[in-house]
Amino acid sequence: MPILFRTHDSLFHEMMIKRYTGFISPRSSPKFEFEVELVTPSAEMESEEDAHVEMQDGLWHLRRGDFRASWDPRAGRGHIRQSANPYSTDSVLRIVHTLILATEGGFLLHAASAVRDDRAFLFSGVSGAGKTTISRLAPPDVILLTDEVSYVRREATGYHACGTPFAGELARVGTNCSAPIATLFLLEKGAENKIEAISAAEAARGLLRNMLFFAEDTEMVEMIFRSACEFVDRVPVQRLTFVPDAQVWDLIQ
Amino acid sequence: MSEKYIARSSQIAARMLGGEMMVMSAVDSTFFTLNEVATAIWQAADGRTPLTEIVARNVCDEFDVDLETARRDAQQFVDELSQHGILMVSDHPLDVSSGPAEAA
Repeated sequence: MPILFRTHDSLFHEMMIKRYTGFISPRSSPKFEFEVELVTPSAEMESEEDAHVEMQDGLWHLRRGDFRASWDPRAGRGHIRQSANPYSTDSVLRIVHTLILATEGGFLLHAASAVRDDRAFLFSGVSGAGKTTISRLAPPDVILLTDEVSYVRREATGYHACGTPFAGELARVGTNCSAPIATLFLLEKGAENKIEAISAAEAARGLLRNMLFFAEDTEMVEMIFRSACEFVDRVPVQRLTFVPDAQVWDLIQ
Repeated sequence: MSEKYIARSSQIAARMLGGEMMVMSAVDSTFFTLNEVATAIWQAADGRTPLTEIVARNVCDEFDVDLETARRDAQQFVDELSQHGILMVSDHPLDVSSGPAEAA
């Protein structure tokens, strides 16, 4: 999904190009665009305020301690007011993508994802569940899409995972490619490597727990719930318990 | 004790998946999985049928449980879901013209 960013600050421009290496294509036709207004860091822009996302008069308003942003989904235009901190831009992008994907049956998920033999595998869990660990243990034939936030799209042929530039502790952006999702694993650390079946309800619960979602909007919550149920209906969801050794990848086929 | 009437909120999304009813509040994103008995009560919560009648007809007649136990469990279930705005409870019949969103 090509996005155009406009900034008048050359240093910030360079910083963004470096941060999103592998995901930049000057020839793409943007689906929407953002004007980034940089401001001097102030007490107002450095507060610990959590993200708030709400729709007012057809505009999405995004607010967190370190940024203020608005986005018009119909016009495909938005505005971000932030300091020259790429993490703020990153957060706005994540939020906007959750809003876009929700209307299309897709979602962002706290999950590592990787492609093996042209099939994508997702490894989901809360912080500390092992997303970065399992990414680090991946053998050379595995293409890493992300170790932090997985991008799930619903397409006519099924669900696809796409690479993202959203890096976790591995501090490495994913590969810019996509593949049909073979399995979603809910991660747990344990004494042995094993895969277990789980009920549909448990799968939906695990999926919903790890979905990124910010909007305080009843319609969007219903969309997210519907997306989770449809995903669980169509894609195998299993529990993967693992010890931190590379042999766990013998189970991922 | 006065009669109670219960109705499903329109501010929820619900779906039967793998034989279990899943309900999510669109207000606070609370997620519930209902067991068979709770599902029976949930599905009968039309705002017009008294809770006692639902318990007698949809729980005691369908499941092997005595009336007193079923009433107590039903009250606990109704209290919990109403606290999250998932069920509406009233002393008189409720008008439920717009039902909850049922995922396809």
